[in-house]
Amino acid sequence: MSELGKLYPDVLLDHHRAPRHSGRLPSPTHLADGHNPLCGDRVAVTLALGGGRVIDIRCEVKGCAICRAAGSMMAEAVVGRELGEVGALLSRFLSALAQPDAASSAPGDADGAREASAATADPTGASEWGPLAALLEARRFPNRRRCASLSWEILERALASPNGG
Amino acid sequence: MEMAERTAMAEAPPASGVYSAERLRLDFPALAQRVGGAPLVYLDNAATTQKPDVVIDAVARAYRDGIANVNRGAHTLAARASAAYESARYRAQRLIGAERAEEVIFTSGCTAAINLAAYAWGDEQVGAGDEIIATALEHHSNLLPWQRLCERRGARLQVIPLSREGEIDLERLSATLSARTRLVAVTHVSNVTGGESPLGEISALCQRVGACLLVDGAQAVARLPVDVRALECDFYAFSGHKAYGPSGVGVLYARRERLRQMAPFLTGGGMVEQVQAERSTYASAPARFEAGTPNLEGAIGLDRALEYLAAIGLDTVRAHDRALTRHARAALERVPGVRLVGAPARPIGVVSFVFGDVHAHDVSTILDQAGVAVRAGHHCASLALQHFGVEATLRASFAVYNTPADVDALVTALGKVREVFG
Repeated sequence: MSELGKLYPDVLLDHHRAPRHSGRLPSPTHLADGHNPLCGDRVAVTLALGGGRVIDIRCEVKGCAICRAAGSMMAEAVVGRELGEVGALLSRFLSALAQPDAASSAPGDADGAREASAATADPTGASEWGPLAALLEARRFPNRRRCASLSWEILERALASPNGG
Repeated sequence: MEMAERTAMAEAPPASGVYSAERLRLDFPALAQRVGGAPLVYLDNAATTQKPDVVIDAVARAYRDGIANVNRGAHTLAARASAAYESARYRAQRLIGAERAEEVIFTSGCTAAINLAAYAWGDEQVGAGDEIIATALEHHSNLLPWQRLCERRGARLQVIPLSREGEIDLERLSATLSARTRLVAVTHVSNVTGGESPLGEISALCQRVGACLLVDGAQAVARLPVDVRALECDFYAFSGHKAYGPSGVGVLYARRERLRQMAPFLTGGGMVEQVQAERSTYASAPARFEAGTPNLEGAIGLDRALEYLAAIGLDTVRAHDRALTRHARAALERVPGVRLVGAPARPIGVVSFVFGDVHAHDVSTILDQAGVAVRAGHHCASLALQHFGVEATLRASFAVYNTPADVDALVTALGKVREVFG
């Protein structure tokens, strides 16, 4: 697969074109918003939490394809899940995304080095991540990592900041 | 190419009238690499330029030959350091046409230069009820220092809006200027639209009410001849790294009358005359404003960079940049889906655009895979982007080594965006 094919695989483009759980909940229990000052991407996460679970979630994204897809895939990954699981997934995802990628920082022509895919180089393996593996490919584009992480960061803030608090 | 051959070429710039970007690019070793399997096409020169061998070698040589602190010590290396530093100041003075070397203050860059003016001059000369004028075209570094100054001094910041084309609205400027206006801060060349500001008219308007004029020359100094006396400006700021020199060095030109109005800002070594426990007296300009050990290797690199530019000739560079910018605007306008952002009367060196509804960052990543480096984002010019109603743009910006073929490579690479996003 080409480099671009890895950054923009069909699954990601599909979420970009038709984001799931898009918009805002009318009466969320928790919410947060924020933006990436570098590119102006904006994300708002509204949550309905109850019984220790994410009952419902909406993620509103104004930004690039990766940011839009990330919001959609994040919402899909956490809806219905227990809060403990969500917190663990969130931490695991953000730390996997933050891992240094040797290939992208190699000097000179990195074409050869980049052949090593982020998902396959990851000891945890692509299978464990399911569709989120596509998002982790942003790791190989250091200036695009924030596009993949922003919705998760806003989710984390939403979980910590009750509506009106 | 052999190093010897490359150096020889750098030391013998093209004879006047025989400009060849293809030949100049051989002076820049970083341009000879491949990115994404294709030759690098570097079109992000408004962010920073690549460096020619003469600059790289001069900085390396500064360390190899032995470094010393500037204006401190009487040994041979110290004397050499001081001479090299003042040589750079003299070079910068001649480049911008300053009357005296002391009017050229070295800073860590353009941002530091404008902040120095805002603190050292502004805090002394601007008070409650006074007004500062900036424009919606300004880079944050020529807006925020004035915002902060106004907050500190109880003054008022007025921001001049832009025309539909993205030009500074001179009528509004004229109507806003008053006896209360202490300073007008304006860019020489916009880092978003590439528009060259009508500084002659702006300067005349300032003089009518006795306002000072500060010009942000970050995008201009490596693109066109600058003559601070002809411009009749009070301050002129620029950085070295956008003019083929190293990062971490820049210049604030301050006309002598303004120097006299400026109080010391950063205090410490190298800027004092007599130090007493309770009260000290300070050196005169420029040392007065250059506290601490200066960036000698930066100044040495800047000296070589400005020498390199002067050898090509700024008139020649301007003609090259204008022609290339015209070519780029015409070529980009023909690409389906591309919309140019801003339509200045005199564009030079910079062109911003958006590509359909595909986000600038996505486009930029795709272009990068074809070896084409452009900037995507708000370019630290939020007010200008708000004016144009866009969150982010793509920006191609040119240098002495760019050719029409680079623009063609950009246009070809834009075709790949459709392959991904349909």
